[in-house]
Amino acid sequence: MRNVWIICRKELYSYFVSPVAYLLLTMFGLIFGFFFWNAIAVFVVEGMEMQMRGQSFPMNLNEQIIRPLLQNVSVIGLFFIPMITMRLFAEEKRTGTIELLATSPIRDLEIIVGKWLAALILYSCMLLFTALNFAFLFKYGNPDWKPLVIGYLGLLLQAGALLAIGTFISTLTKNQIIAGAATFGVCLLLWVLEWVGGYETAAWARVLAYLSVITHFESFGRGVIDFKDTVFYITLIFLGLFFTARSMESLRWRS
Amino acid sequence: MIKVKELTKRYARTVAVDQISFEVAKGQIVGFLGPNGAGKTTTMRMLTCFLPPSAGTANVAGFDVLEQPLEVKKRIGYLPETPPIYPEMETTEYLKFVGKLKDLSGADLQKRVDYVCGRCAIADVKTRLLGKLSKGYRQRVGLAQAIIHNPDVLILDEPTAGLDPKQINETRDLIKSLAGDHTIILSTHILPEVEQTCEQVIIINKGKLVATDSVRNLQARARGAESVMVEVAGRNGNLEAPIVQHRLEQVSGVSRAVCKQQVDSRVFFEVESQKGRLVRGDLARAVVEAGWDLNELRPAAMSLEEIFLQLTQSEASAEAEKTPAQESKPEQPKLQESKS
Ligand SMILES: Nc1ncnc2c1ncn2[C@@H]1O[C@H](COP(=O)(O)OP(=O)(O)OP(=O)(O)O)[C@@H](O)[C@H]1O
Ligand SMILES: [Mg+2]
Repeated sequence: MRNVWIICRKELYSYFVSPVAYLLLTMFGLIFGFFFWNAIAVFVVEGMEMQMRGQSFPMNLNEQIIRPLLQNVSVIGLFFIPMITMRLFAEEKRTGTIELLATSPIRDLEIIVGKWLAALILYSCMLLFTALNFAFLFKYGNPDWKPLVIGYLGLLLQAGALLAIGTFISTLTKNQIIAGAATFGVCLLLWVLEWVGGYETAAWARVLAYLSVITHFESFGRGVIDFKDTVFYITLIFLGLFFTARSMESLRWRS
Repeated sequence: MIKVKELTKRYARTVAVDQISFEVAKGQIVGFLGPNGAGKTTTMRMLTCFLPPSAGTANVAGFDVLEQPLEVKKRIGYLPETPPIYPEMETTEYLKFVGKLKDLSGADLQKRVDYVCGRCAIADVKTRLLGKLSKGYRQRVGLAQAIIHNPDVLILDEPTAGLDPKQINETRDLIKSLAGDHTIILSTHILPEVEQTCEQVIIINKGKLVATDSVRNLQARARGAESVMVEVAGRNGNLEAPIVQHRLEQVSGVSRAVCKQQVDSRVFFEVESQKGRLVRGDLARAVVEAGWDLNELRPAAMSLEEIFLQLTQSEASAEAEKTPAQESKPEQPKLQESKS
């Protein structure tokens, strides 16, 4: 456990001492900010229209702002995850520092979990930016906080799964760009798989749609912890980290 | 301390290390010698559990590299060919990170960091970014991280590459001072380095073991007949080289005297003696009795360089001819029993 933390600290240090972390945080913050203020503007305009028509349709912050925004974050995250994971192993392989880690009295799994955890923490920092926007809602409105918390839990689980896949891909190459591009491709694919379900109901289509990481987020977005979806994400995390470990091992046998 | 038996590493296309066996006793410094591509780095990577061997066994500090890698890793310090540094870290930051990886903590860690900074002469770059250090300083930081946890076994892949002459000397002294408590294997292709620092040499070529022996034995073995450099000067200004040569060749045990050079009345000879004969005393007497001055008389030890070339070339030529008779080469790899 101590070793995991040592590796994790070092990775966080590397993220935050270079511009990478700040760039990601700023970009994520800007993009989400744009989404947020758009959503608010639409909400306000709709509200005024309704008042003018004399209707008193109940306006719901949770349903009309928080839920779609959380859905958006889960998609925006797909674009950022490759940038977080691409350097994890590729960089160490390129500079030869992997030789230091691999010859230190520390298990492969500790290295892997440490790195994955650091990536997850960086992602959490990005989510924290979005939380600042939501804090604004709490100041001027009165939304229910429980669905929001559950939504964030879902986002973390989803990111954990994708980050594990990204970590795995990063062990396959020395080239950060290749690792990033491949991870991006996989993330995108895991998103659009959902569309298959739109026109096809055969078993294969349902399996493909089931694999889509985004569909599993819907329940969390609604503020419900779904057992099946939670298991899906956790399985993906374990699989990703497991394959990373196998890859590190075979790296030694092959190279 | 280190026992290697028929260690082999095959890559897809090449056999990088081919059935190497050797032993290193505790506290020794061993030079690992070989031309480029000989398989030095590959062997070291197997000893440090970075690469698994394809066949054979390696035992470091009593633990097998395949069966108990964690125990082995605890007891070794390793300086890879390229120092494994993180360019975005500061020197002390980095050393602390490595120290923690090697299970140091608290006051102990701080003490060791200060100590290795002093030993490796990097105290003046303590707060610099590693990515901005010069090659030599990176190498020193690499060495510092290898010794930070005071390991039993040090494995150094070309530790003096890229250092300036002063630092090379200091590093050699450092390595020598570490011997005794530590067992050290260092690879290099700089031969004087081996002569100066190592007690034992392991020479490999194209993945095969060519020789393992002590430096002195190796010199003696390759030398065969002793040769002596002699400088003779005439007392009254003129000296005929052929006369001196004739006189020298008369000394019993001398097989040949070759005049190398003549400057005014000084002549330089290289005298070869028959194998196993010590002729220096007789030579000196002969010169003096003939009424000449003896300016210099020194044994011309064959440098390791010549031995190295001789060994690696004879290997190559033997391979080229590939006759069955040459299976038993004159420089048969000789396993050296660990002392004591
Ligand atoms: N990852 C690899 N894949 C395939 N072949 C390799 C690999 N690494 C090394 N080799 C081959 O193994 C052989 C030994 O290489 P090694 O790096 O051990 O040599 P070396 O003695 O360290 O040489 P140098 O003095 O140049 O450092 C070489 O022929 C090299 O081409
Ligand atoms: Mg090498």
